[in-house]
Parts: sequence; C-alpha cells; structure tokens
Amino acid sequence: MTTAATTRTGTGPVPEGDDSPYALSHLDALESEAVHIFREVAGEFERPVILFSGGKDSIVMLHLALKAFAPAPVPFSLLHVDTGHNFPEVLEYRDRTVEKHGLRLHVASVQDFIDRGELRERPDGTRNPLQTVPLLDAIDKGRYDAVFGGGRRDEEKARAKERVFSLRTEFGGWDPRRQRPELWQLYNGRHSPGEHVRVFPLSNWTELDVWQYIGRENIELPAIYYAHEREVFARNGMWLAPGEWGGPKEGERVEKRRVRYRTVGDMSCTGAVDSDAADNDAVIAEIAASRLTERGATRADDKMSEAAMEDRKREGYF
Amino acid sequence: MTTVTDGVLDAGATSLLRFATAGSVDDGKSTLVGRLLHDSKSVLTDQLEAVERASASRGQETPDLALLTDGLRAEREQGITIDVAYRYFATPRRRFILADTPGHVQYTRNMVTGASTAELAVVLVDARNGVVEQTRRHAAVAALLRVPHVVLAVNKMDLVDYQESVFAAIAEEFTKYAASLGVPEITTIPISALAGDNVVTPSANMDWYGGPTVLEHLETVPVVTDPSNDAARFPVQYVIRPQTAEHPDYRGYAGQIAAGVLRVGDEVTVLPSGATSTIEGIDALGESVDVAWAPQSVTVRLADDIDVSRGDLIAPAAAAPAVSQDIEATICHVADRPLVEGQRVLLKHTTRTVKAIVKEIRSRLTLDDLSQHPAPGELVANDIGRIRVRTAEPLPVDAYADSRRTGSFLLIDPSDGTTLTAGMAGTAFAEDAEAARAQQADDEGWDF
Repeated sequence: MTTAATTRTGTGPVPEGDDSPYALSHLDALESEAVHIFREVAGEFERPVILFSGGKDSIVMLHLALKAFAPAPVPFSLLHVDTGHNFPEVLEYRDRTVEKHGLRLHVASVQDFIDRGELRERPDGTRNPLQTVPLLDAIDKGRYDAVFGGGRRDEEKARAKERVFSLRTEFGGWDPRRQRPELWQLYNGRHSPGEHVRVFPLSNWTELDVWQYIGRENIELPAIYYAHEREVFARNGMWLAPGEWGGPKEGERVEKRRVRYRTVGDMSCTGAVDSDAADNDAVIAEIAASRLTERGATRADDKMSEAAMEDRKREGYF
Repeated sequence: MTTVTDGVLDAGATSLLRFATAGSVDDGKSTLVGRLLHDSKSVLTDQLEAVERASASRGQETPDLALLTDGLRAEREQGITIDVAYRYFATPRRRFILADTPGHVQYTRNMVTGASTAELAVVLVDARNGVVEQTRRHAAVAALLRVPHVVLAVNKMDLVDYQESVFAAIAEEFTKYAASLGVPEITTIPISALAGDNVVTPSANMDWYGGPTVLEHLETVPVVTDPSNDAARFPVQYVIRPQTAEHPDYRGYAGQIAAGVLRVGDEVTVLPSGATSTIEGIDALGESVDVAWAPQSVTVRLADDIDVSRGDLIAPAAAAPAVSQDIEATICHVADRPLVEGQRVLLKHTTRTVKAIVKEIRSRLTLDDLSQHPAPGELVANDIGRIRVRTAEPLPVDAYADSRRTGSFLLIDPSDGTTLTAGMAGTAFAEDAEAARAQQADDEGWDF
C-alpha cells in the first residue's frame, strides 16, 4: 500500500499549521492585501479617485481606505456615476457617508448626458451600459490617473481575468490579451499620458468575504441590503422595483414581497431576491446556502450575452 | 460563525491557501479544475446552466466544464486558455485562491505569474506519458519561484488500468528530479480528473493508495511558517502625517511587513541611508499593538525624527541586508520585446523604483535539462537566464532564497511602462544556493 505520499526533501524546520500564533485569518490576509494596494496607489499616482456608488463593495472599499491612512484622512476623492435610476436609500446613504468622513464627491450624471443629447435612452430602459461615457468623461476631465473600483474576480468569468492594476487606454478600453503579467505584490502602475489604471483592491474577495468583513467591522449598509417589505414586479425572472425608469409595463403586476438586494445598481436591471435575512448573520447564512451567484440572481445586464461583461469592459466599463 | 452543512460554502473557514495549477495542453488541467470546483460544490446553478446553454448551442451533448474556466470570448471561440485566471472556492476547512495558468505557448511566463504568489503548485502529468519535458519545466519553474509545496497529480489513471506500478514509477522519477532542484516538499497523488478518482473523493479503483485526495491535501497542507525565523523587513510605502489639530505631530510609516516580526522597542536601521532609531509604536489598522508580523499591513512610528520616505526599508539594526548597486539575479523574461545587454530599464524592488542598466546577460537556461548557455546576447519571451543589473541608487536586496518579497524585482520599460522581466536576486535553485554559500564562506562571494 502506498501511503507515504508526501516527501519532505528539505532539512529546515517543519512549518507550523493554522493554529500557529502567527496565523492570519483569511479576512485579515485579505484586509492586509487591500490596504497594501491602497497605499501603493497613494505612493505612485498623482490623482487617484475612488468609484463610490453606495453599494456594499464600494462601502467596504472606502472602509479599507479609511483604515489604510488613519489617523490621516483618505487622500483620494470619490466619484459616483449616477445613472439617474438609483435607489433613493442608496443616494441618501452616499451623501451621509461623504459628509461623515469629510470626503469630496464628484458626480457624473447619465441624466445630464441624456438631457444634452449626448447619450440616447436604450429601448429596454436599462441605463447601466450608458454609464461608460460619463465615467470616461469624468476620468478625462478630472485627469484621474488611477481609479479604484470595487470589482471582484469571483463576480463574473471575464472579471476572473482582471488584474489588480489594470491599464486602460485613453479610450478607457481593456484588452485582455495585452495585460501585464502581475508578479508577486509588485504592482506596476506606469502609464503613458492619457492612459489610466483601474485598481481593484477587492480582487481576491468573494461575496461571502465581503459580508463577513461587514459583520466583523460592523459596517453600516443601506437598509435595502436586508430583508424588508417592498413593492416589486416580475420581469425576466427577477423582482424589480417600480419607478420612473420604466416599470411596470402593461401586464406586469406589482405585489408586496419580503425581499432584499444582493447587489445595488441601476434600478432598471438590479433585481431583489426573496429573503427573510434581516441582519448580517442571516445574510451570511443565506449566501452560503444560495445556489445562485450574486450576479446571476440579480443582474439583468450580465444575461444579455455570454460575453456581456467582457464586451462592456472592452469599451471602458468597470 | 455560521456553518452550512450542505457544503456549498462554509462561513467558518478561516485560513487561506493560494495555489497554482500547471499542466500541458492535453493533461486535463481544465477538467481537474472543473472537477475541483464542481465536486466541492463551488459551481453554482446559474454558472452551470450558462455552461450547459453554451455547450448545447455548439451541439455538444454533455456540458464542457472547461467553459467554466475559459472566461474570454477568444478563449471560448478557440477552445484554449489564453491568460491566467483566478478562481475562488471554499470548503469547511479552508478558503482557496487558485491561479489557473494556461498550459501552452506562453506557459513559462504564465506559470511564473501564477507561481509568484502561490504557496503550492499542482503539476499535472498524463499517466500514459509519464514525466516529460513539460513536467520538468513546470517543476523547475516551481523550484525557481520557491513555491513551498509541490503536488504531482498523475492524471488519467483510468487509462492505465489504475496500476500502482505505473504511478509509483512516475512518482519516483518526479520526486527525485524535483528534490534535486530543491523543492522542499513533494506530494504525489494518482487521479483521474475525468472519472473523479482522488480529486475530491477517494478512489474505489485505487485501494492501493492510502494518501490524501487532491482536495484533502489542499485543505490540510500547512500554510503558515514561523516568521520569527526570518529577519524583519519593512518597506516603507507611504508616510502618514495628518497634521490635524487632533494629531499635530503624528508621523507614521505605512507598509506591509515583507518578512519577519516587528516589536515595539526594536532597534532598527533605515536603508539605504543607514540612519538608526527604535520602534516607538506599531499601529495595526487602527489598533495599537506591541508586535506585528508578515504579511500584516501596519504603520510604524520611530522614536527619532529621521528622514524616512517611500522606498526606504526598515530592518533590524542587527540583521539588516547589505546595500548594493549591483544585482546578480535569475530572471524570467515576460515581455514580447527582448532584453539585451546595455538596455536602460526601470527596476522596481519593494516600494522603490530606480533607473538601472542591464550590464550583462550571463547565460540562458534550458529548462529541459537545466543546462546553462553562456552569453546568449539577449533573452526573449519566456526565457530564463542569469543577468547582472547595475542600479542608479543602492538597494537593500535580499537573496530570493531568503525572502520572496525582498528578493524579487521587476524590470520595466521606461518608454511605456511595459513589465519586461521578473527578477529573483541571488542563485537560481537550492543546490546552487548551497554551493554559493559554501563558496561565499571562502571568498566573500556576492554582496546579498
């Protein structure tokens, strides 16, 4: 019987296990890595900005930035691309957070672009894909050279290929075949004038990590992340919130359900899930047992085609 | 903490293992990764449905699990993996970050990328072919990058009638070879990724095998080494000076501890200036602590008001690295444009980027037989070679053998920022390192 499967060839000390006094929990390891990324950007770039939507990933990102530079203030301003179809609870949270931490917020508004005739409303009413133009315009006008996003590689298969430091052309484009190899923790932020770098400090976090961290750090979120009674209607297998953005249409029936949101984005394409999870522990239990991914459960725009996210990223989307 | 019994994801799992997979095109790596994700219930219904939909739309009768891992349009169109992808899964015991590295053409640089942050590498071989050139290359890259644990997965055991003798011969050959490269720990596992033998569940077809399954090994391999064995290394990333009414005099040096342990009261040297001071305080992300260790991100306050800025290294006064402008290194060239002698580059080491010149390209390594070819003139994409670089400013560089973090560097093209080269200071493989140490005792040797 072959039992001696492991051969220790070295003569050094046997490494200690997970119960070593020097072990870091996975949350501590992820936190430490993210803080390192924030500080690299602060050290290497002239004008970084944090994309902040009031969604849980950007909230965690901001929390990490606050920790990274404490007791000094965060040396970056915030940028929100407002689709005009945001949940009021989230906008209220956004403004309150900005004020609480004495931050500067820039808002790039999709509605302004539509009003000026520079963007046209899509027939399906979804404004999520329209964010790219105001985003690139804001990056250009703000002369931002590094833009932090809360994207995670576990969200989607194109995002699984994303680097922590992701170089974008002056058109904001992502070319997955020409990415720089990312070696050790030596992030290369060099870029030519006009180019910028997207930075993803939460690359290695999963949805569950984010929720566990929110619980551990006692981070406040907009209430719509927890179960509440809400008027919704069904479209394409998702529960959407009615609103001026274009729902419900004829034949779509509004009903009251107990729901929560797993992601928060444009109201036209972000669905709620049936849920009784009213607090953090309950949310964690619910996600751990869920058979659906976060985006699969609640994002209509990712379902448009097999490569929807990759295609949008190539155009400059986050 | 919440524990879910149906095994989807366990919220109680606390430790994290980063690992990489390496395999040739037809060794079944995608199947192994797909099987690992699928059988550990890390593939969720909507992902599986998407794969089933895509497979059906191309007329395939069974879902192609490789579509789970091939995320890019071009990859799905061509049925190949182009770039490293990172995947995440969890079991009740541990969280995993998998660097899924493609196995063809550009495999050396891709594997270097994946292996640079990995604590474990899985090398796949086809049981019918045994140890081939590719296997030796993968083992050599893992050894070169000093990946602490290497797993040889002998795949397609179903195609050799699950014979113990076939496995034993391959395992012995590989173990001998990898040990000669200085791989510190080698685990060999007979599997069939397609049939599911010994990937997640123990195989009923190989009762002669008494070792762990791939997943069980991944769950139990020790990931924490004792940092108190290593000299402390703290590259300064950023100086925190709030200058607020509340903190008028706060001056903290922010960074991630690259190696070892820092304690309040430690006498330290700041390099390259050589100024000395004492650690007065350590702030671990909002909490004041007496002791911190790698890889924690902290902020260090010193007792004396000395000049410290981004790019400096704080190290124990008694065990500081030597500072030098000449770096001898083994490199893997990762860019499509070649590296030539006399080339002016930027060198990024920890938090410091300096100008540098490639003074000499000493040799190019043939990974197949580990022979060195002297004076190749240039190194092209995927080449591994030995070079000497002269930097514009002195740097505190450790041997990569002693510290993956402070012994590694990048060469960058100053014209457009392209990452050219992954560098590892000092000698390449462990046996060379032993020889160099012996030699160093005789004639002072290099200044690392």
